[in-house]
Amino acid sequence: MTEAVLFWLFAVVAVAGGLGVVLARDPLHGALSLLAAFFALAGLFLLLAAQLLAVLQVLVYAGAILVLFLLVILLLDLGPARAAASPPGVVKLAGALGALGLAGLLCTLFLSASFPPAVPPSDFGAVAAVGRVLFIDYTLPFEAISLLLLAAILGAVVVAKGKV
Amino acid sequence: MILPSAYLVVGALLFGLGLCGVLVRRNALTAFMSVELMLNAANLTFLAFARHPLRGAPSLDGSAIAFFVIAVAAAEASVGLAVVIAVFRSRGTVEIDALRSLRH
Repeated sequence: MTEAVLFWLFAVVAVAGGLGVVLARDPLHGALSLLAAFFALAGLFLLLAAQLLAVLQVLVYAGAILVLFLLVILLLDLGPARAAASPPGVVKLAGALGALGLAGLLCTLFLSASFPPAVPPSDFGAVAAVGRVLFIDYTLPFEAISLLLLAAILGAVVVAKGKV
Repeated sequence: MILPSAYLVVGALLFGLGLCGVLVRRNALTAFMSVELMLNAANLTFLAFARHPLRGAPSLDGSAIAFFVIAVAAAEASVGLAVVIAVFRSRGTVEIDALRSLRH
């Protein structure tokens, strides 16, 4: 019962936040909607017994990535969007219909699948268990990610300093 | 008891919304935020399938892959926003339609 209430709360907030990102005129409002969606998704991760990922979602997405977005939005001071910036109605309609069609296709596919009841071990999703998987089964990708992050730091500094 | 499909449907809806934002919106920042939304929807799907697999026991591989997706998204956001700043400094706009210098 509690699970159902929490699920519907988080699901509605997540989808409403996503709608806010797509519909908001001002990128600042879109970023704040995205923040709500990230928190709701962290709640959904918790319901799926992925505690570590829920914490990382709040720390990395809401705490780091979204703050970076807000910083850039405030730094650029874009002002009101030009009327010509909005694409013609037919493009909007085509984009919305295409995305809606894909989502509907995925939904029918997922709803037709049957899942056998699965009981996870008691430490499923805990930091120690995920850490064991990361450092034993995924050692090489983990090290590659550290190189990727280093390259991203250097790339961000170089690109933001120079002229494009 | 919530069916596993419900999580997957939320993931599909969020992915569709993100795709719609990328296709329809002309502001580079909004398009970027829509991409982040799509990455999050993919993460939700990974975790839902990890907790409720179609066959076999629940596995932590989904958590590991979602972890990597978060790391890659952080790298992508930092480099992408640096590009947005550089474009704004050289052109004074972040509208995607204004960036056509790679054509021809």
